[in-house]
Amino acid sequence: MTAYLSPDEVDIIALSLRVSIAAVLVSTPVAFAVAWALARGRFPGKLLLDVAVHLPLVLPPVVTGWLLLVLFGPHGPAGAWLERWFGVTLVFRWTGAALAAAVMAFPLMVRSMRLAIEGVDIRLENAARTLGASRLRILHTITLPLCMPGIWAGGILGFARSLGEFGATITFAASIPGETRTLPLAIYGALQSPGGEAMVTRLSILAILISVGALVASEVFVRRSGARLGAYEL
Amino acid sequence: MSFDIDIQRRIGDREFRFSIRAEAGLTAITGPSGVGKTSLLNMVAGLLRPERGHIRVGGENLFDAAQGIDVPTRRRRCGYVFQDGRLFPHMRVEQNLTYGAGPGERGPGIGMGLDEVVAFLDIGHLIGRWPATLSGGEIQRVAIGRVLLSSPSFLLMDEPLGALDTERREEIMRVIERMRDDLALPILYVSHDRAEVERLAHCIHKIQPAKIGQ
Repeated sequence: MTAYLSPDEVDIIALSLRVSIAAVLVSTPVAFAVAWALARGRFPGKLLLDVAVHLPLVLPPVVTGWLLLVLFGPHGPAGAWLERWFGVTLVFRWTGAALAAAVMAFPLMVRSMRLAIEGVDIRLENAARTLGASRLRILHTITLPLCMPGIWAGGILGFARSLGEFGATITFAASIPGETRTLPLAIYGALQSPGGEAMVTRLSILAILISVGALVASEVFVRRSGARLGAYEL
Repeated sequence: MSFDIDIQRRIGDREFRFSIRAEAGLTAITGPSGVGKTSLLNMVAGLLRPERGHIRVGGENLFDAAQGIDVPTRRRRCGYVFQDGRLFPHMRVEQNLTYGAGPGERGPGIGMGLDEVVAFLDIGHLIGRWPATLSGGEIQRVAIGRVLLSSPSFLLMDEPLGALDTERREEIMRVIERMRDDLALPILYVSHDRAEVERLAHCIHKIQPAKIGQ
């Protein structure tokens, strides 16, 4: 690995993986909760929530980045609050890059999980109710295990999206070497500088490998968990 | 009085009304398809909410629109056997059986433990299997076992023999007869098979088709 890559490039990969994994880990529970509310919930404002969740998918990423800057910047309401109570700053930090990646990946994760939850036979949940199970117990013994493949698929999709995140990241977290310069930002930077072609090639090949690997992993996982449920009609 | 039911609900463009009073034993509900037999069971189980009327089982008030009583499904202690068994596909037979047998969740039941239920239904050899590998008759026996272990105070059965061939029907019918006689649980039993109903039921209740737009 190090024979092929310079130490800088290894740092870039490590940072990208850290940012993407953090983004997915933090947003998965939230995405599942939102997906569950959208799939099973009946409450006023559901359409509004649906629209809000999908906004990053349709907005120009730069606009999403700017909105994050307004909200989570040092003078933004959320940013000032985080700074005062937790001493956390997000702007120009790797955590900020992770936040930008998480927000951009969020709609994809919610969509995948929502489909999986809607695919869980509500009659199985009803059977559990007649057997005395509470809503919480049904959620973690029936709904959650049965839509696990969808949760994994959503997580891996989110990971791949996070890995490729560019617009919102550069707007919100900038492109600081070792802190927020993730793979796409580094590739773009190398393209701008004379003699950077070799680095662009190497990083691009790596980006392709990681993305394909993630897709294959998700496919294998979904198939394996699907096979066990076998002939049962879900 | 085991079942004292008088409920009304509009489903689609039709108004359904069910009025059933039955003593202990197995009460069969028959009638052509589309008269709302399954909806009736769902309302007794609390999965569907009637608009008017009351549901009393064994003297306990499960639903009363006028008094604002609506006991949630999980506290109704109904053992609901579905036509398709509805085993949880991601759990082995043993986990399926014990799903409703949480410690003390629903109070003392019919006093049968896992071993007794397994012997009663002769399903010991199935305990480690996945539902996807079971035959129709095996699925239905496990489904009945799961219901018995959940301490029900009454049973609802929705065409439990519907998906089975003749040989399997006989096998499950004998199980149902034993539940009716040995366990003395009141049973509401939906079927449109005349021979089946005449053999099993103490009392037969025919539902007539509802008038459209009534």
